[in-house]
Order: sequence, then C-alpha cells, then structure tokens
Amino acid sequence: MKPTLRKFKESYFLYSFKRDKVAMASFIAIIMFLLIAVLAPWISPMNPYDSNNINIMSSEIPPAWNEFGDPEFLLGTDNQGRDMLSTMIYGLRTSIVIGIGAVALQATIGILMGLTAGYVGGKVDSILMRLADIQFSFPYLMVAILISAIFQLVFGVGKYEELAIPLLILIIGFAEWPMYARTMRASVIGEKGKEYVEAAKIIGLPKPVIMVRHVLPNSLTSLLVISTIQVANAVMSEAALSFLGLGMPISRPSLGSLIRAGFDYIFSGSWWITVFPGIWLVLFVLVINLLGDWLRDVLNPKLYKG
Amino acid sequence: MFAFIVRRAFQAVMVMLVIALIGFAVQKNVGDPIRPLVGERVSPEEREALAEELGLNDPFLVQYTRFIKKAVHGDLGISFIYQKPTTEVILKHAPATLELVIGAGLIVIVFSLPLGVFTALKPKNWFSKFVMGFSTLGVSIPVFLTAIMFIYLFSVILGWLPSYGRGETVDLFNNGYWQSGLFTADGLKHLILPSFSLASIMMPLFIRIIRSEMMEVLETEYIKYAWAKGLAPMRIWLVHAFKNTLLPVITVFGLQIGIMFAFTILTETVFQWQGMGFMFLEAVQRADIALLNAYLVVVATVFVIVNTVVDIVYGLINPTVRITGTK
Repeated sequence: MKPTLRKFKESYFLYSFKRDKVAMASFIAIIMFLLIAVLAPWISPMNPYDSNNINIMSSEIPPAWNEFGDPEFLLGTDNQGRDMLSTMIYGLRTSIVIGIGAVALQATIGILMGLTAGYVGGKVDSILMRLADIQFSFPYLMVAILISAIFQLVFGVGKYEELAIPLLILIIGFAEWPMYARTMRASVIGEKGKEYVEAAKIIGLPKPVIMVRHVLPNSLTSLLVISTIQVANAVMSEAALSFLGLGMPISRPSLGSLIRAGFDYIFSGSWWITVFPGIWLVLFVLVINLLGDWLRDVLNPKLYKG
Repeated sequence: MFAFIVRRAFQAVMVMLVIALIGFAVQKNVGDPIRPLVGERVSPEEREALAEELGLNDPFLVQYTRFIKKAVHGDLGISFIYQKPTTEVILKHAPATLELVIGAGLIVIVFSLPLGVFTALKPKNWFSKFVMGFSTLGVSIPVFLTAIMFIYLFSVILGWLPSYGRGETVDLFNNGYWQSGLFTADGLKHLILPSFSLASIMMPLFIRIIRSEMMEVLETEYIKYAWAKGLAPMRIWLVHAFKNTLLPVITVFGLQIGIMFAFTILTETVFQWQGMGFMFLEAVQRADIALLNAYLVVVATVFVIVNTVVDIVYGLINPTVRITGTK
C-alpha cells in the first residue's frame, strides 16, 4: 500500500490538481453535495416524505427573508406545504442515487460490450459495434423518453411511480451505454497489441483473465474521463424525464419533478418553488462538469481542449 | 460502392422492422383495441366475434406482418384522442416542430459563429473568457429551466412576450396541413422565447467546437505561410482559416439537429407549443397507444432515413468508411 500512496503523492495528477483552484473548488463542492445527500435524514429540517409533517395551510410560503416569509421555512414551502430546503435535500439524494446507479449500469453494459468487441474482434466486434452505432444514431434523450413512455404504459402510472427509481436507472443506463462501449473498445484496441498482453498470452492465461485482469485496468483512465461527464448527463436526463412527468412522482420528488411542480405556480408569482431547485440542480451539474473538464485535460491531453 | 449502399439499406430496413416490432408488441399487449370501437356495453360473444373479424386472434407473426404491410402504406391506426388517422395527426403537428427547430438553428448559427471565431482569435481577451465561462455554465442548465426562466422574466415580470402557444398562424398551402407562424408578426413573437430556449442548449457546444476547430486550423502550416507572405489578418482569418473550420462544423451541426429534435419535446411542453413533442406527451398521458406507436415509427423512420443517407453520402466522399464497413 505504501509505495502506491507515495506514487500518488508524487504524481503529476495530484500536482496539477493542487495548482488548479477551479478543480479543487469543484471537487470540494462535489464532496459537500454527496455528504448532504448521504446525511439527508439527519440534516434536513423535516422529512418531506412523511405526510404527518405536511400542513396544507403552510403551502406556498415565500422564503424567510420575504415579508410574508416564515422563519421556520428558510427557503419557503412548495405548493403542498413542504419545506423547500428539506425537499431539495431529499431531491438531490434521489437525483444522485439515480445518476450514479444509471452510470454504473451503463458502465457495466458498455465495458462488457466494448471489452469483448475490442479483444475478440472479428464478427463479434462488428455485430456489437453495429448495435452501438445504431443506438448512437438516435439521440440518447429521445431513447430515454421513448422507453420511459413505453414503460409507463406497460406498468401503468401507479406501478411506474412506485418503481420509479430502479426503472429510471434502467432506462437511463440503457439509453447511454454505447458511449462506454465505444470508449472501451477504442482503448482495448490500443492496449491489445502491447507487450504485456503478448506476455500474458505466452504464459497461457485464458482470454477472460487477460481481458479483465490486464487490459481492463490499463483502460480505466479513459473510462474515468467520460464517467464524470456521464454522471452529469444522467442527472440531467433524470431531471428532464421527471420534468416531463415520466420520472419521479411529486410525492417523492427529484429535482426535476420539483421544478415541474413549481412551473405551475410561476405565473402566480411563487418563483421560489422553481428557482431554488433549479439553482441547486445547475450548481450540482456545473461542479461535476468543471471537474470533468479538468480530468479530461489532465488525463487525456490529446483530446480537444474545448 | 454498390455493395455498401445495399448493406446500409438492408441495415436500415432491419432497424425499422425491429422498432416496428417493439411498437407493435406494446400496442398488442397494452390496452384493449376493441373497447374504443364498441364501448363497454357489449356481450363477450359479440366482442369475440369482432376480435375474430379484426384478426386479433391470429398468430402474432401474422398480425405483425399485417401491421407492417399497413404501415408501409402509411396506415398506422386511428388516434384515440383525435379520432383521426395517426399519420394525419402527426403530419399536422410536424410543421410546428420544424419551425421551432429552424428558428433555433438560425439563432445558433447567428450567435455561435462570430462568438466561436472571436474566442479562437483572441483567447486571452476578457470577453472570450466570459464567453467560455458562460458556455460551461450553459451546458449545465437544463433546457426546461432556461425556458421557465425566460417565461418568468419576459412574460411574467416584463410582459414583453407571450408565454405559450403559437399565436396567429396562416395556412401555408391552403390544405390545412402546414399552419405556419413564420409569416405573421404575432406568430414570430410567439416563436422568440421557444426558439431561444431550444438554441440555448446547442449554443455552448457550437461555440466550443468552432473555437477548437478554428484554433487548430490557425496552427497549421498554410496559415503560417499566409502570415509569412504578409497577407492582411482579416483575409487570413476569414478567407483562409474560417473556410476550413466550416466543414467539420457543418458535419457536427447535421448530427446535432437530431439531438435538437429530442429537446423540442421539453421546449414544447414548457411553451405548450402544438408540435410533435407536445402531441407525444399528450398521447402518453392519455394512453393513446396508437398515436404513441405511430410517433415511435415515424420518428424512427426519419432518423433511420437521415442516418442512412448521411452514411451513404459519407461513403461517396470518404472511401475509408466503405472499407471499414467490409471488414
């Protein structure tokens, strides 16, 4: 363990991280967001899922600094009388669970496909990559919207809302796997011809072992680069689906469904129901994107510095 | 080359068949096709007779083939909400979406070209840094949030622009299909907010692509030679460098139009814009399975045709594409 730690301490990676204020700030912000999500039950002022806490009389209260505000509800309440701050904390938690779950799923499918395609080659490669190409030719958001619409019809609205989290993970995970498959394959093809793979072949290791124990770890860098951006994408997709009414129900809102709920009240001037979850979501996605941009520049300087 | 086209066309047909199969399987298993025809008050025997007459008891494959045959002739069933053929309903909603995409596309071009070129030429300028920072922020804002903020600012607070609908439209070809909002002042006013919202999702990406392509071109030998020759900077930037950034940018633009199409669903929901996306969500909410299915097939057809044509054109221009295809 110790040499690895020292190696990390002396690495260019850590060196450039320490010198980049934006990267440090966004990393700290991400850690904060994750902590808030994990600690939600302990730090949020109330539990928005518990209907005992909800009083319809206290609905649409503006933020505390407003003249009609209530100091009990710092950021005001939504149309059902839930404390905005608590609802946002829980919403963030839901969005993060779905985002990370979906990326884990797409990474699993994509890595399996890409690894097999790249390493085995030949017919398998062309069939798998053709599949990825075909799906890639449809915009992923379109795929996600269509699948969720079909799921909602098949399961019925009630059942769909009950199973919303696993279904959304499944939908978003399935909609975006080709990105991983392509990255993985490109990287495997680059690694495959190298000497350590030849050496592993010569000592007679079976193919799956070479693929998983040798080629995969050496391809992780490029996967890491796309993973951050993919989490941001997945959170955005989830928000979009929930906004369309194809995602989380308003009784267990994610940030997208909160924004949707607020949209109905924006004409009557209750801007805070939309604006606060909106800012919350944008901040979260922004810090992931900033960190992702930095990662890409450091780990993969050959890519576009867009 | 001929073999390549055949292979590509064959693939396109296979994709369409699979998508039609998904759509058909959903239609087959969700909901009851007889109830909208006859209502609740019909005896089981009569229902059974009708099912037999409509061929609902035939084997799956037979029904699927029949579905495909009808679909090829443009018959995708009858919409439950509109009580009209689904293809007609979709055709009537398509122009609205098209106008929105055209409006947004124009805005993207008008703004991102000069901004992208400027940020490439003067990367250290404060304005370039501002534009780049803003584009990072722009990527992180969901399109529906931009749309809502536009409505709140320009409709609710300032009251300058309308917040929903398409406004006054004219019947473009006098056949009732293309209701255009592009030729009336009111229609154009209604188009401003939706198209700017839709453009907001593409603009940051385009500014970045144009910038990085332009920067790459500026580093090439022939630009250095042009400088050495003592050409005027404007001529080098605009005639020599800019022209060569355009080709990759146009390619990406073509691809992104498809993504923009997906985002119209979100924009149309916010602005209640009577386009295909709005119609699709209505179909989902009211469980109009025939319309949903028709939308799926039509959208897939459009994408498959566009992709196939693009691929074939690419194959004509760039022979390496053909060769990789054969391996």
